[in-house]
Amino acid sequence: MSATPYLSIRSVRKAYSSHGRTTVALGGVDLDVERGSFVSIVGPSGCGKSTLLQIVAGLMPATGGEVRIEDRVVREPPPAAIYVFQQYTRSLYPWKTVERNVAYGLENREALTREGVRARTHEYIGLVKLDGFERHYPWQLSGGMQQRVAIARALACRPDVLLMDEPFSSVDALTRVGLQELVLRLWRELGLTVILVTHDTEEAIYLSTRVVVLSASPAVVSIDLPIDLPHPRDQITTREQPRYLEYRHRVLGKLFTAEGLATGDAAASAPAAQGAA
Amino acid sequence: MKRLLASRWLGVAFIVALLILWELSSAFGWVSSLSWPRISAVFRALWEISVSGELFGELWPSLWRMFAGYFIGVAFGVLIGLLMGSFRTIYSLLEPVTEVLRPIPSPAYVPIAILFLGIDDEMKIFMIAFASFFPVLLNSYSGVRSVDPVLLQTAATFGVRGTRLLWQIVLPSASPYIFTGMRISLAVALIVMVISEMVAASNGIGYFILAAQRGFKIREMFAGVVTLAIVGYALNRIFLAIENFVLAWYQGYTQQQRN
Repeated sequence: MSATPYLSIRSVRKAYSSHGRTTVALGGVDLDVERGSFVSIVGPSGCGKSTLLQIVAGLMPATGGEVRIEDRVVREPPPAAIYVFQQYTRSLYPWKTVERNVAYGLENREALTREGVRARTHEYIGLVKLDGFERHYPWQLSGGMQQRVAIARALACRPDVLLMDEPFSSVDALTRVGLQELVLRLWRELGLTVILVTHDTEEAIYLSTRVVVLSASPAVVSIDLPIDLPHPRDQITTREQPRYLEYRHRVLGKLFTAEGLATGDAAASAPAAQGAA
Repeated sequence: MKRLLASRWLGVAFIVALLILWELSSAFGWVSSLSWPRISAVFRALWEISVSGELFGELWPSLWRMFAGYFIGVAFGVLIGLLMGSFRTIYSLLEPVTEVLRPIPSPAYVPIAILFLGIDDEMKIFMIAFASFFPVLLNSYSGVRSVDPVLLQTAATFGVRGTRLLWQIVLPSASPYIFTGMRISLAVALIVMVISEMVAASNGIGYFILAAQRGFKIREMFAGVVTLAIVGYALNRIFLAIENFVLAWYQGYTQQQRN
């Protein structure tokens, strides 16, 4: 065991105040992420999981606590990590072609020659299988293709960490499966560390090496569950394994209780939880 | 027939009809023909002053003043609009003064401009620039305010900020608004150019029209006005062509958003 984890989130708190009222979104989140792991964060809606990811990405300051990547405190977008936005249609530059969009991060983060940029851009466009669409504009592409452009743009900077905020939430089911497979493949091939925020429990278990469940706000880590399912994973058989279903049972049970939903064996504990609250 | 009625030829046909009415009204004396020459005579006069070179001798100085003033006004309008949109302090500092100055009709400060800059090109260029400035300023400012924050945050994840952010993201994002302002300003520039030349000048198309009227050269006077119509129309077409080229992405983008 190494003494310092690759990425550490230490007692991160976030409070918003508006109109003289203070709302605590994150009530002290602790999390260590090992290099090369795939960590998904799930939690009841409005628990602040996106906020947590934005703090890790250096896009938003924490009210308390700190985030470190390789022992360096995150205060601004760190060079090691790239954040992929949920609203990919709004995150791609509509006046730039696919090629220029993918090159954009690269041009601003690295001192490459024009040829270097071109080569890297094509490499990553190929990696997300968008060859032939270089000259298209993002708005000429389908939702799934647009999200692939956003992923290629992020990966072209060769980050160690990919931070993804509900990246598959606004595409249809089949496109979603395709994107999940793409991200899994890229994670394995490129040796990335991925932190994914999602509201989809099954997606989280299927993709991850670890699933973290946050409680309702003020959010803290309520379950930290290592996912011991073999790789490579398969959309059909992996989801049929008893262990997969066991994970699903535990995570959903926790979430439903937190949301105050009564289902199955969680029903018995739900009124008690409400009484306590 | 139905296709013809819906096409632009209907509008063109209407213009031709109006010109024929003009011709007839003058030929049959429906309007005092002394100050209402036949349109055919106006076009003949236009042809004569064109081939003699007189028209272009007046038109070039006008166009030069107009474009000099227009581009100065646009440059300042974009620059200050971007700054007002990006920095709250600059907005708070400049917004009240623009709101006070903007409603003053441009011709009202021609006399002041003459006092300080004389009656030569400097005064006219200043007037045109000043009047062209405001529409571009207001639209640039609105353009900056309407930039999607996700685009700015995306740039932030790539470490882009400051002037690079302004140049790479804010300016292109705001460009559809800026073009709207520039199109309004182009019409304003033409108006102020003519006014400033009518007030004080020894050449230019505005001067030419006024001088023709005073010298009872009524056909030439109308020829000057027709010239302005042609110039205004041409400028607008050229502007639209440039806008369609530069903002081709925006038209595709908005069309996609509507579907």
